[in-house]
Amino acid sequence: MDYRAGLRLQKRLVDGRRQGLLGDTLVLLEHPPVITLGRSSDRAHVLDDAATLAARGIELHEIGRGGDVTYHGPGQLVGYPVIRLEPDERDAHGYLRNLEQGLIDVAAHYGVEAGRVDGLTGIWAGEEKLAAIGVHLSTGWITSHGFAFNVTTDLDGFSAIVPCGIRGRGVTSLAKLLERSPGLDEVAAVAAVEVASALGRQAGPLTDNPDLPPGVSWQPDTAVTGGGRA
Amino acid sequence: MRVDVVMPQMGESIAEGTITRWMKSVGDAIDRDEPIFEISTDKVDAEIPSPAAGTLVEIKTPEGETVPVNEIVAVIETAAGAAASVPPPEPEKPAVEQVAAPAPAAAPTAAAVAPRTATEPGRFVSPVVRRIADERGIDPSRVPGSGAGGRVTKKDILAFIESGATAATAPPPSTPAPPPTAVVAPQRIGPAPVNFGPGADTIREPMSVMRKKIAEHMIDSRRTSAHVQSIFEVDMTHCARLRGQHKQAYIDRHGVKLSYMAFVLKAVCDGLRSWPILNSSLEGDDILYKKKLNIGIAVALDWGLIVPVVHNADHLSVAGLSSKVHDLADRARTKKLNPDEVQGGTFTITNPGQFGGLFGLPIINQPQVAIMGLGGIKKRPVVIDDAIAIRSMMYMSMSYDHRVVDGAVADQFLAQVVRALESFDESLL
Repeated sequence: MDYRAGLRLQKRLVDGRRQGLLGDTLVLLEHPPVITLGRSSDRAHVLDDAATLAARGIELHEIGRGGDVTYHGPGQLVGYPVIRLEPDERDAHGYLRNLEQGLIDVAAHYGVEAGRVDGLTGIWAGEEKLAAIGVHLSTGWITSHGFAFNVTTDLDGFSAIVPCGIRGRGVTSLAKLLERSPGLDEVAAVAAVEVASALGRQAGPLTDNPDLPPGVSWQPDTAVTGGGRA
Repeated sequence: MRVDVVMPQMGESIAEGTITRWMKSVGDAIDRDEPIFEISTDKVDAEIPSPAAGTLVEIKTPEGETVPVNEIVAVIETAAGAAASVPPPEPEKPAVEQVAAPAPAAAPTAAAVAPRTATEPGRFVSPVVRRIADERGIDPSRVPGSGAGGRVTKKDILAFIESGATAATAPPPSTPAPPPTAVVAPQRIGPAPVNFGPGADTIREPMSVMRKKIAEHMIDSRRTSAHVQSIFEVDMTHCARLRGQHKQAYIDRHGVKLSYMAFVLKAVCDGLRSWPILNSSLEGDDILYKKKLNIGIAVALDWGLIVPVVHNADHLSVAGLSSKVHDLADRARTKKLNPDEVQGGTFTITNPGQFGGLFGLPIINQPQVAIMGLGGIKKRPVVIDDAIAIRSMMYMSMSYDHRVVDGAVADQFLAQVVRALESFDESLL
């Protein structure tokens, strides 16, 4: 999904969640190559100039989320949890840590030992960043933005930036860490369960189908079936 | 009346915040709960709602500046002259759905004005403050704290009392729900509640593919088999003790949670070896005995039900069974089962006790001839050697096809499974 369409979708979901029109939702998607700058971004962390970026087919967006600059592109699982934090969950850092735990669990699912690094946000496999995190809270403690987990991402895209403004550390992906790389769809299914559970929620099929931007649809459920007792 | 706008406490470990953007300028009119400024704390950005309606008369902290929590960053002049520097008149709603339109933002507003610094029962409250709070019947967590880390000082609580806000504090709705409830209540599994729009008395919805298949399958089974049921009682105390003793070792050694289902599978496999008719199917006038013990485990899903199969269950160790069951159930819920993992079952176990049911009388999973139902494990008083003892009991039911299995056979099979569980061989663990 185009990055801008993703922003519009999130806005709609946040408004809908605030009004109680829909429940807590986790949006999982993939963006074409784009560099985004958070509110606290330092423009110097974008290394290429506008012309070079354009030539490489990379867009540039300044957006309202926490964090510094990051890159999104094909092969990267982007997740936007749009959830309303309940009164006992209203701790911005607590939410952030839970989100991190969900991604650590996704990595663990594939046998990758990833973790936190003191003072740095995101998920790290050794010295390299596996997933980036940037969160926005709207009035009513509604979350948006979220994470970008490198599955089969072409890591060259990151050469245009200093990821999250952190110098001296590289970027990695599940594909780089594993012999056999799982597909994005597969990781998305795992992430839905792990992230939801880390956020104290349970993944399930969509119950509300708000209008989506053109070209985007909710996937209907398809599953093999068996018999037994109801 | 002037209302102070403070840097809100966005989390326990967050002591300060940077104002990244003022969304209103001095002189602007603002509604209560309308976003007034945005802050940034490392990776989190947040919009802060206005604590009151009125006019923004002063901005004390410019964009880009970092201030500690509870510092006054702006002042709003309200038209009505409501009490200043106190929580909004409406007490903070508990976590339930709020009804009125402006209500959803009420809770965060309260958080913005009166940082909920002491919602945890264990939070430090000084003896002086505690005494005053007790005398006045105030929950100290409702008092905005100005001390280090948002701690409530004596001055804070006295100011709070003077402000007359005590009336709104009687019930402490912001206290997190008592954890036991949250822990004990099982996670809801099943379709979401139906939302009737205004004027709709019924809602019509086509069945999902899975729903239809389950429906056909169940009716077909009812038509095919002559269902009979037997119910036994199992003393699971021994298994519970073994499980308790070996649980940690299983996690350390095998990385799996030792599950009761693994114990039952072991016992059932032995029972099926002794009574092969229960691991058969009927084809025309012939009985087909199956050599392989492929045990299906029913897994409830939000969108229906699925029965993944543990193939060659008798070849697996207790650790292998534990991890297999876990893995299949997990992948059933994430729709990651391969087609062959839901096929070829020769006997099925289902778990009607999951939500506290004593036992269930399941429908046979065709073309099999028997299905076992496990009730919930519950401590009950039982008579042992003429003495009353408290034991972990479980009802074990089985539906079987009377066309091929007679009651005597079914009951001897069940009795054997019960015996195997009640004296489970520890060397198998």
